[in-house]
Amino acid sequence: MTRVGILQVISFFVYLFYQVLILQNVVLFHTAFCFLYVAYLLVLPVETNPIALMGIGFIMGFSVDLFYDSLGLHALACVLIMYLRNYWLNNLTPQGGYDSNDSPSIALNGLQWFLVYAGPLVLLHHAVLFFAEVGGFSMFWFTLWKIITSSLFTLLVILIAQFLFPGRRR
Amino acid sequence: MERLIFFVYQNRAFFTFLVLEFFCAWLIVENNAYQGTKFFNSSNGAIAAMNNFSQSVRDYFQLKEVNQMLAEENATLKETLEQQRRKAYPLYIPPSTDTTFAKKYEFISAKVVNNHVDLVKNFITIDKGADAGIEPGMAVISSMGIVGKVKLVSQHYGVVTSVLHIDVMVSAELKRTEHFGTVQWDGNNPDIVEFKYIPRHVDPMIGDSVVTSGYNAIFPEGIMVGIIDEVRLSDEALFYDLKVRLSQDFRKLSFVTIVKNYRLQEQDSLEQEILKLER
Repeated sequence: MTRVGILQVISFFVYLFYQVLILQNVVLFHTAFCFLYVAYLLVLPVETNPIALMGIGFIMGFSVDLFYDSLGLHALACVLIMYLRNYWLNNLTPQGGYDSNDSPSIALNGLQWFLVYAGPLVLLHHAVLFFAEVGGFSMFWFTLWKIITSSLFTLLVILIAQFLFPGRRR
Repeated sequence: MERLIFFVYQNRAFFTFLVLEFFCAWLIVENNAYQGTKFFNSSNGAIAAMNNFSQSVRDYFQLKEVNQMLAEENATLKETLEQQRRKAYPLYIPPSTDTTFAKKYEFISAKVVNNHVDLVKNFITIDKGADAGIEPGMAVISSMGIVGKVKLVSQHYGVVTSVLHIDVMVSAELKRTEHFGTVQWDGNNPDIVEFKYIPRHVDPMIGDSVVTSGYNAIFPEGIMVGIIDEVRLSDEALFYDLKVRLSQDFRKLSFVTIVKNYRLQEQDSLEQEILKLER
């Protein structure tokens, strides 16, 4: 296994344990959840094989589910955004295209580009997650409020994490 | 055929996506069923051990309150014990062999290892399992009130469906008037549950106690649920809209008691007979 591969495996566990040991206890006003582990999935290298992406998304979601006692929920949402991720990235190709090992982060293309890239995916992830949790649209407005606040909170924490640990610069 | 395989191969990403999503959806449906999945849940040894560690950190922040609560509970128990002894002291009562008075409930204490209140379907993990005699379906209470129902157990851990789960219903009654209804959570505020099916002619008041009714044979009779916080009656409605403030603050849950009902099977099988006869 290459050095990059080993680093990816380590950061997988760091994100996972940070989510289930610490962020599991952080819920603002009973509505805003923080699912920072999505950031790991979002910054996987651009050229990763789509099937591998979905596989990683599934494993990550499934592991988080084990701790939340919500089997399948997070996995469902993660596989969905992992499937859509590459199409979305292709739409947002910066001038000059991607290099093979680039990871889509702030360090690569700047804050504005990252927000455009990560925002909709995080929002979609949360929407699927919360609506699937309720099992329908019975509590529509409350769930929608939860989705919006949680997405903002998660995005904010993802940005903070990106500024703290910027990774490789171009 | 060849073209079909080629087509699938061409769109392999999409088909993997479909397979994975269907698998996830199946897991969700399966997990929503009453029993849930046997192995993949937080009563699994490794996961529970990790939650245990995380809870032990959290415990330090609650030590003071937990201590105070236990001390208060101790004091009340001592008082009842003293009263009992004073009553029984002058005469010797031989241990009863009459089965009517035989032990009905057994209480097992357990520590909360993991607890959620903010999801829509909340579960609590406890550190007692099959080897402590805990079985799915048993009631879980605390010194302050009801907590939930055991969903499934592993060797050393158990998962409890919290009252804060939108599908859980508990049979309860108004203590003052003895009218009974159903307690169910609406998914919003972890302090408040709804108390349904209290008919119009009853006169519930803010501050009335709501206790378990004992009709479902899971919870013992008279366990505190909470206190009525809001009373509403719209003009056409058949029943009151009652909001009940839970007496147990679920965010501060740290020790719970599991209730084992020795007569559960007897009562259930008797009621089954009746149902069969009616059919």
